[in-house]
Amino acid sequence: MQNKTTCLYDKHVKLGALMSPFAGYEMPIQYTDITSEHNAVRHHCGVFDVSHMGEVIVSGHDAEKYVNHIFTNDFTGVPSGKVLYGMFCYPDGGVVDDTCISKLDTNLYLMTINASNIDKDVAWFEENAKGYDVVLCHKSEYYGQLAVQGPEAEEKVQELLGIKCDDLKFYEVKTVEKFDETIIISRTGYTGEDGFEIYGTHKFIVDCWDKLIAGGVTPCGLGCRDTLRFEAGLPLYGDELTDKISPVMAGLSMFAKFDKEEFIGKEALLKQKTEGVAQRLRGIELEGNAIPRHGYKILKDGKEVGEVTTGYRLISVDKSCAVALVDADIKLGDQVEVQIRKKIFPGTVIKKKFYETKYKK
Amino acid sequence: MAKVIEGLYYSESHEYVRVEGEVAYIGITDYAQHALGNVVYVDMPDADDEFEQEEGFGAVESVKAASDLNSPVSIKVLEVNEALEDEPELLNKDAFENWIIKVELTDKSQLDKLMDAKAYEAFCAQ
Repeated sequence: MQNKTTCLYDKHVKLGALMSPFAGYEMPIQYTDITSEHNAVRHHCGVFDVSHMGEVIVSGHDAEKYVNHIFTNDFTGVPSGKVLYGMFCYPDGGVVDDTCISKLDTNLYLMTINASNIDKDVAWFEENAKGYDVVLCHKSEYYGQLAVQGPEAEEKVQELLGIKCDDLKFYEVKTVEKFDETIIISRTGYTGEDGFEIYGTHKFIVDCWDKLIAGGVTPCGLGCRDTLRFEAGLPLYGDELTDKISPVMAGLSMFAKFDKEEFIGKEALLKQKTEGVAQRLRGIELEGNAIPRHGYKILKDGKEVGEVTTGYRLISVDKSCAVALVDADIKLGDQVEVQIRKKIFPGTVIKKKFYETKYKK
Repeated sequence: MAKVIEGLYYSESHEYVRVEGEVAYIGITDYAQHALGNVVYVDMPDADDEFEQEEGFGAVESVKAASDLNSPVSIKVLEVNEALEDEPELLNKDAFENWIIKVELTDKSQLDKLMDAKAYEAFCAQ
């Protein structure tokens, strides 16, 4: 099957990006190198083409009730203009997808979903909409999306794009009328830095991209998107959250609101939280420069206790770190070993946020 | 354009062998360091380790990926380049100057099966 392309494909090729298939799309991995793009976001400003992400709009009389039914977080009493992070779960607590949902208006929600899960999610949304008075509008082909990230993001978005955004706080969203269309902008991201995500038509997104690049914003590929999110302790669906790794196992149960009347997976997750789980995600800091990669074994006293979900030689901090799914009796401060090819490296169990995030709260 | 040096032996997995009398030096080619990008770690064997032709003897890692090092010929390791432990990026600066292991060749006839500079250049251009 031929991979899809985003509206910015020609721009990426022209910039000389290393292109690679990702979630069914031809996406830029890097334009120059991962390290300098990563550092541009940490210290200045970078722009990512995230048009591969999926968008589904929920409207109708039961929109809030429906979102609260399929989503682990809780929109009860939440005003318009707020974004909540959370998961869609199966009845057994396994994760369908993780998502940011924007409350655009009363009974009007934008659900932003992972590109790799679009078909699965849309089918699951429809299946679970029975009995709810809602309209699900699949807009992935309509919206392009940019993530403008870094300490200079606010200044760049306002000056180069002419979109006022200093009125948005962290995890707030608004719609703006611009060039005869309604665009959506939120103060969100996936890097651990301040930043914005902007949704609009392909024409609008291409125009924004050109203005940002011309204004000196660094084009950033998916390579550094992964190193940035990993340092900030943010999960990636498929690695840290899967149909086998629940929010409780991932240490993300603060995004599951158990005082909510009901949501899919509530009983299973509540049971996991109160009775405990067999394995959970932990951070590990390695001694030495070797790199623990996905799937490498974690040992304790020579016995296998789990495996790496993601690992890197960090860029912002001079350390090699991993997030690993390990037996629940492995605690913070424990000494473990990581097997890297034929060698064994000692490591210490630490919190899985390796970089102090700098959000504008 | 990646640099290729005359007088070295080259493997299809982009290692080179530089023979100097009774010893040889093995490393990765300039083409390989280009393809990898910023090298952040080199996994090297220990002195006295022995490897058969095409056996893995270590790995070179960039931020994104690990790439196995395969021995182009059968070898006994005499010495590893310890400078790469602290400065793996030396491979990006000059891959030919910064060899990875110094070895003794256990079967010199195997060199005949490797590519010379001209053949390797053509191989990379494919």
